[in-house]
Amino acid sequence: MNKLFASSIGRKLLVALSGMFLILFLVVHLSINLLLIFDDSGALFNKGAHFMATNPMVGVMEPLLAVGFVVHIMYATIVTIRNYRARPNGYLKNLPSANSSWESRNMFVLGGIILFFLILHLNHFFVKMKFTGDPLLTTVIIDGVAMKNSYLLVSSLFKENFWYSIGYMIWAVFLGFHLVHGFWSAFQTVGLNNEVWIQRLQNVSIIYATIIAAGFCIIPLYFIIFF
Amino acid sequence: MKIYLKIWRQKSPKDKGRFEMYPLDGVSPEMSFLEMLDYLNKTLIKEGKEPVVFESDCREGICGTCGLYINGRPHGNLRKTTTCELYMREFADGETITVEPWRAGAFPVVKDLVVDRHAFEKIMQAGGFITVNAGAAPDANTIPIPRDSFDKAFEAATCIGCGACVAACKNASAMLFVAAKVSHLALLPQGKPEAARRAKAMVAKMDELGFGSCTNTGACEAECPKGISIANIARLNREFLKANLKE
Repeated sequence: MNKLFASSIGRKLLVALSGMFLILFLVVHLSINLLLIFDDSGALFNKGAHFMATNPMVGVMEPLLAVGFVVHIMYATIVTIRNYRARPNGYLKNLPSANSSWESRNMFVLGGIILFFLILHLNHFFVKMKFTGDPLLTTVIIDGVAMKNSYLLVSSLFKENFWYSIGYMIWAVFLGFHLVHGFWSAFQTVGLNNEVWIQRLQNVSIIYATIIAAGFCIIPLYFIIFF
Repeated sequence: MKIYLKIWRQKSPKDKGRFEMYPLDGVSPEMSFLEMLDYLNKTLIKEGKEPVVFESDCREGICGTCGLYINGRPHGNLRKTTTCELYMREFADGETITVEPWRAGAFPVVKDLVVDRHAFEKIMQAGGFITVNAGAAPDANTIPIPRDSFDKAFEAATCIGCGACVAACKNASAMLFVAAKVSHLALLPQGKPEAARRAKAMVAKMDELGFGSCTNTGACEAECPKGISIANIARLNREFLKANLKE
């Protein structure tokens, strides 16, 4: 097995499997986030956030998720560096747009942009909710259960910081482009693809990426328009 | 027609190399790209200059010897075409045409437009074969082959090993070539006994020779003169992972 992960296909397998895991995580994350726009009192989102913070299964998944991110980023970086070295002298005239999509050629750049926003994002929400706390994270009692008012923290940022909201939407679009290529690509790398399924998976990729990008865009848009 | 050729000139593998401009008058639209280069060389020889070195053999699109990066694309701008099948009518009068050799660390330039593609041979030697009894030729059709396997194997076997996939890939990856060779044999009963060993050996050799890895851009399939599908790459991944899990 050591030999497998030292091979080019093995390294990509790790990128693909961790990518598939992150694809599932995005669905869960977006589902919880969308609770923000269905209840302006914030009770629904707070209950969702409280569930995520207290459920033991989520507690198990959280470190796994961190590992998923680390593996995905680390191996994608190794693969990219090695691939870059495979062509020491480039072409004078090159027309890659004639044979491949922009996002497929720029997955590492897109990944870097996503990572930059991810760090900002973790700093704005995750770190405050999990470790440092924030004056906005007051305790509220919903259905007799005391929980943190995560809704106030999240909605305030979207309501008050217009440029953060804009940046968030741009980030979602970049994420969408990363997923348009990443989704079907992961299936291809693990070998779950053939002449018939290749087109189907590429179509599903577009649908999935659009749902994720649009879903994450709707939230700041909702707060900009209605508040 | 008159064209302007911007051609990569490199005296030897160690030479730094540079582009040189050659205006060429009297080019006929009916000339193939290689005939045009022959014509250029004739002109250069007459002028006492050194001709441009390039490779060709069958000149009918089946041998995989010719391969030039023309105006930013392997084998020129047409789909499913080798350089020898490209005609000058595809270019405009007065156009500047940039001609470069394949670029990949594993394909070093030998001279001018010729690159050393022995790396492909080495991958084939690592496992691109089946073991057969060297006696009399076996009777045809003794082993039944399902039609769909046969069709897929044949499609993979149409790979002529020209290297356009490597040249087009932003990672200089040889995955489409290796995938075609592995698929061709893995799909047939005769190739099954050695399938696991073959997949591992050919991938290991490909990695060792310094080819990049596949990031599924699909550039190889789009530029392949035989239109070999990247579905073969999924099959190679599958064969390789299966082989590793068997251990």
